[in-house]
Amino acid sequence: MKYVLFICTPVGGEELSPAQIADDPRFTSYIDEVRSRDIVRGGARLRPSTDATTVRVQGDEVLLSDGPFVESKEYVAGFDLIEVADLDEAIALASRHPAALGGGSVEVRPVWE
Amino acid sequence: MNDIEGVEAAVAAAFREEWGQVVATLIRVTGDWDLAEECAQDAFAQALDRWRRDGVPRRPGAWLTTTARHRALDVLRREAVGAQKLREAAVLARDEGPSDPEYDGDDSGVRDDRLRLIFTCCHPALPIEARVALTLRTLAGLTTPEIARAFLVPEATMAQRLVRAKRKIRNAGIPYRVPPAHLLPERTTGVLGVVYLLFNEGYAATSGADLVRMNLCAEAIRLARVLARLMPDEPEVLGLLALLLLHDARRATRVDPAGELVTLEDQDRTAWDRAAVDEGAALLESTLRRGRPGPYQIQAAIAACHTTAATAKDTDWADIAALYGELARFVPSAVVRLNRAVAVGMSEGPEAGLALVAELEREGELDGYHLLPATRADLLRRSGRTAEAAEAYERALELVENAAERRFLEKRLAQCRSA
Repeated sequence: MKYVLFICTPVGGEELSPAQIADDPRFTSYIDEVRSRDIVRGGARLRPSTDATTVRVQGDEVLLSDGPFVESKEYVAGFDLIEVADLDEAIALASRHPAALGGGSVEVRPVWE
Repeated sequence: MNDIEGVEAAVAAAFREEWGQVVATLIRVTGDWDLAEECAQDAFAQALDRWRRDGVPRRPGAWLTTTARHRALDVLRREAVGAQKLREAAVLARDEGPSDPEYDGDDSGVRDDRLRLIFTCCHPALPIEARVALTLRTLAGLTTPEIARAFLVPEATMAQRLVRAKRKIRNAGIPYRVPPAHLLPERTTGVLGVVYLLFNEGYAATSGADLVRMNLCAEAIRLARVLARLMPDEPEVLGLLALLLLHDARRATRVDPAGELVTLEDQDRTAWDRAAVDEGAALLESTLRRGRPGPYQIQAAIAACHTTAATAKDTDWADIAALYGELARFVPSAVVRLNRAVAVGMSEGPEAGLALVAELEREGELDGYHLLPATRADLLRRSGRTAEAAEAYERALELVENAAERRFLEKRLAQCRSA
């Protein structure tokens, strides 16, 4: 089954760039695991929600606002699309993600196929 | 044996014994929870008819499972529009026996479908209310209206809860299996938690109008027995069964005919269910001998201290206090420490208990919990400080919700005021 792991981190926490993540020892074992098992089908590190723009359309008018569409204590810092056998495997992987270990959380969502 | 009543009794007995097994097997072979329930129901309906004509089969469970499988096969064949459905039907048609290689794919070595079912129903990714409801529906065979009544929610709410849970199992890919060894201890604890919660729901029901809820105690014990049979090497599983039996033995004496609470001290010990006490105590003893204690075994040991004392005065409170101390190591909760305070108060005198209660009051974790001031009140009453006791009872009365408990506290308050 395919799942998306939404990597959520607290607002105001550290903002690691993809390059920093690649060099960060906290991420090493997670990155090594998903690479060696060949289970990642896609994913991205996202810029912080302060760089987000939200688009709405009312009638003919395009309404833009600065920031995310919902304010919350956590924001989605990135996501991984993985393919594993079942929810237990997805949970096991999520529970080893540095975000889950370090004060953030990982939302596991099955892909609608 | 072919008389109508005999057959009805045989079907009713088979329902209690075999429902969970039939559903569990059908879920494994079809992968479809609704279809499994529907076909199981159908098999029991057919049994009423066919057993009357042909006699009760030698192995009712096997007969019911086979009948349900045939029914599922019919349904799938009728619906077989795509290749996938046809493949499912083909799998179903194959007569799997215990020697089928599929049965041995389980790395925890347990083969029973009912275990797969209960571990799936109690998966931690499901909300706790859904775990309880799903266990009662699929494993124990209670109907949706029965479960709704037991949990005091509208039938539509309960039906919705069950639908959502089954949908999540399917859509989120919750595996239908006994968890692998590295997950087993944690998941077993989760399963035991669901059974214990079920029992407590029933135990909290006190009035005659709550019959459906009280029935939950019997269901919980039945489930605990199934678990004990399926996991005979898990001391905590046996500890839970012992605990439930020992609590249940006292159930009838906890309220008087007028529906008023009767404290352990004042309960009629001759009315306790001796058979349940003996079974629970024997089970506990053999379990403790394995030397792998856990919270359920310790709680059962505490319950046994009460049920094996011939009179309230014979209760070994020092032993109970020590057991609560032990329990606090496994379950670091303020409620456990409050119970220990009661036991210490009974064994070393009210002042020693009051000192522990004061400690809990300072920490504030139990603020708003009526049993904190109620415990203080009881210890003060025992030491003869009735005026202070009355004040504490008043405080407890501000917090209590359960009507029977309220009446009990009011009675105590009146006693203290008139003393």
